[in-house]
Amino acid sequence: MRVSCFRAILGHLVAAIVFAVSLLGAAAAQAELSLLNVSYDPTREFYREFNALFAADWKSRMGETVTIRTSHGGSGSQARAVIDGLKAEVVTLALAPDIDAIAAKSGKIPADWQSRRPNNSSPYTSTIVFLVRKGNPKAIKDWGDLVQSGVAVVTPNPKTSGGARWNYLAAWGYAKSKFGEDDANIRDFMKALYGNAPVLDTGARGATLTFTQRGIGDVLIGWENEALLALSEFGGDKFDIVAPSLSILAEPPVAVVEGNAKTDGARKIAEAYLDLLYAPAGQKLAAKHHFRPRDRGAADPADLAHFAALDLLTVDKDFGGWPAAQAKHFSDGGTFDQIFAGRR
Amino acid sequence: MAAKLRFVRHSPLPGFRLSLGATLLWLCVLVLIPIGALVLRASEVGPVGIAEIALQPRVFAALRLSFSLSLAAAAFNVVLGGIVAWVLTRYEFPGRKFFDAAVDLPFALPTAVAGIALTAIYAPNGWIGGPLATLGVKVAFAPLGIFVALIFIGLPFVVRTVEPVLADLDFEMEEASATLSAHRFRTILLVIVPSLIHALLTGFVLAFARAVGEYGSVVFIAGNIPFVSEIAPLLVVVRLEEFDVPGATTVAVVMLALSFFMLLAVNSLRAWIGRRLGHAFV
Amino acid sequence: MLSSKVIIEPMRRDRDAICESPPARRALIAFSVVILVLFLFVPLAAVFTEALRKGFPAYLSAIVAPDALAAMILTLTVAAICVPVNVVFGIAAAWAIARFEFRCKRLLETLIDLPFSVPPVVAGLAFVLLFGANGYFGVWLDRHGIEVIFALPGILLATTFVTFPFVARELIPLMQQQGSDDEQAALTLGASPLRIFLTVTLPNIKWGLLYGVLLCNARAMGEFGAVAVVSGHVRGATNTLPLHIEALYQDYDLVGAFAVASLLALLALVTLIAKTALEWRFAGDLAAQRRH
Repeated sequence: MRVSCFRAILGHLVAAIVFAVSLLGAAAAQAELSLLNVSYDPTREFYREFNALFAADWKSRMGETVTIRTSHGGSGSQARAVIDGLKAEVVTLALAPDIDAIAAKSGKIPADWQSRRPNNSSPYTSTIVFLVRKGNPKAIKDWGDLVQSGVAVVTPNPKTSGGARWNYLAAWGYAKSKFGEDDANIRDFMKALYGNAPVLDTGARGATLTFTQRGIGDVLIGWENEALLALSEFGGDKFDIVAPSLSILAEPPVAVVEGNAKTDGARKIAEAYLDLLYAPAGQKLAAKHHFRPRDRGAADPADLAHFAALDLLTVDKDFGGWPAAQAKHFSDGGTFDQIFAGRR
Repeated sequence: MAAKLRFVRHSPLPGFRLSLGATLLWLCVLVLIPIGALVLRASEVGPVGIAEIALQPRVFAALRLSFSLSLAAAAFNVVLGGIVAWVLTRYEFPGRKFFDAAVDLPFALPTAVAGIALTAIYAPNGWIGGPLATLGVKVAFAPLGIFVALIFIGLPFVVRTVEPVLADLDFEMEEASATLSAHRFRTILLVIVPSLIHALLTGFVLAFARAVGEYGSVVFIAGNIPFVSEIAPLLVVVRLEEFDVPGATTVAVVMLALSFFMLLAVNSLRAWIGRRLGHAFV
Repeated sequence: MLSSKVIIEPMRRDRDAICESPPARRALIAFSVVILVLFLFVPLAAVFTEALRKGFPAYLSAIVAPDALAAMILTLTVAAICVPVNVVFGIAAAWAIARFEFRCKRLLETLIDLPFSVPPVVAGLAFVLLFGANGYFGVWLDRHGIEVIFALPGILLATTFVTFPFVARELIPLMQQQGSDDEQAALTLGASPLRIFLTVTLPNIKWGLLYGVLLCNARAMGEFGAVAVVSGHVRGATNTLPLHIEALYQDYDLVGAFAVASLLALLALVTLIAKTALEWRFAGDLAAQRRH
């Protein structure tokens, strides 16, 4: 009896060990060459093509096969995921404060990351436009029309989405240009704007889906590249793009997460990956996916023709730089919280 | 002389300590410790904090929506499932065995697949959603869509619980009722249904518990608009994406507690009915 | 527990007094068929229709896309680990509960059923609270370079949690029904415990075990809510098939999403067929098994 008991115990022990080992083994690092790019929401289609481009380029230059993986979501949520341990070698997020947060809270990115690459580490830019239903039934021309009663505005949640924060600042900048430094009027404007928002999705793509697919809202405030993509995906007979009188220069930055790209090989791949974004091939691909390239010469003129000429604010000139803007508007208890709180 | 109270009755069979020990080990590691972590984190928020968060308008609205729609769908399923179980048990028709097997589909189909399929059907340009849209009825991306999804996942619970009981019913009672000149409908209502109440309630409880926690099949078809069509599990995920862990934990724990008390209430009702009807119900 | 059932043969009764009138019967049958077709078959048809909307080549390319294949491998891996673990647990639990009388047995059964009443999303959250970077074990895990959340171990834990009771709930009533006579007889004949288990118990419960494995597997492969919380949504790495469906859906790739969904739907159909076949076999082995 005792011998069999022992065997049975052994059996259970083996099962438990197998389970534990499979857990740990699954956690072991992969031997293959791979790169994880944690990105923001609207870049799915772009990076699918870009990753193939990079893999082919790396293979032809170095002869090695590298597997690129991406994860997409609201920029703020993605930054927090990396802080919480998501092992990204490269982050390509929607705005600088999110990468600053990773640098500050996890120490895996050097504090001077933004100056390490040209153009403040932003290989391309974009801006904020309106997407409306075909024929523009509510006659939405500018920001002022968004605060009228009866207009439903779709915009994502600034707490999770990067695009949402660009939207917020663009709106604030318009209000400031209209009301001057009168803080009370600006806040009323923003309150009315967010009062007209039935739902705040967690990411820009989620907001686009809510507007285009679920048929909710009269106008979508969002990335220019998302709006142009929606036109090409859903056909130009469903939606129109309206360029507001004033918008903001959005600079989505990129960085190598040095704390996760520890080996020389990993570091080289990560750096090369970001370098390719700035190279002519990468710039052309960015323009193709409706991002405004830094190097206009490398892009296809047909792609460039889609970009409307807009009056653009910048975070540095008009908002005192991102650290100040982030603290004033998007920190706990900042203007967004004040404006949004007490509603319902 | 008082008999010595043992933990386990003596049995010649081997392996009690081993099997119980293994069971408890797996149970603790995989189930109790995670749930314990949840409760612990919620208690860090404190009962006052929990009440504050639970009564926030958006949280309250999500909880109310989840629980009310789950109750409604489970109740609807009791009627629907009861009829389906009756037909499958008592009537013979071509394809009966096929339909009987098909009732288990919602069990086997992954929730995400059910979600996108239901969304495609009930969207304004879908097979059923299209005609309904011309009538002004919005199913997908509205609370009605959530209701439809919850019916889908709850239907097999009721059918599968009622079928065996129905099949077991005594002929004699119905015959007796008929000889006492009761109309057929009256017989069904006053003789058969009471015998089924326990099984119907069991099915209701199972369908309700499943519906409250359902995420995959609902999140595609709901509009996810706060205060209108945002279910409680989605709110947990949104709070997590905002990295508001205390908020997420609170909503989760309140959901668990509410479900627990509702289930307790209904189970007590079931036990009471079981006792009244004199059957040895579990 | 509602799953294992006996094949119901409808009663033949011709006497009107205890039968519904033929028109009423026909109406009820028609109603039920409509309900079942509406709620069960139409969604299934929709999956395949949408998947094939752009033709078969598009369907095929969606299925063999690298991310889809990676998701398939991940889903299969998860099932391959979680199901055996739950089988081991289920057998241990069934043996303890069905073969012995001890105090707090009802409490144990209730605890085993606990994962059924926990919403999947909440289950995922519980593991994040334990193993996430800010969780109770987060610092320890980080210091030792072990990834649980946002990696395979987290997905394994979450899936094992939600599929925990399936096998146990199948075996417990079955073994209770069967009684321990066979095992006791073997004991008197001098068999060792392992021998008793392998040659007496296991053959007796094999159909119930298979049934539980089927249900457990279907749930493990299809789990969405719990895995959505603990996965990092890294395409090609931590996206299971259901998560991959969501990702494709958000990419505007409806055909791709439904194509992958059709794979899972096929799996569901296979599960259903196997389950029905088992029930017919099962019912033959067990007379008059009823659940109330």
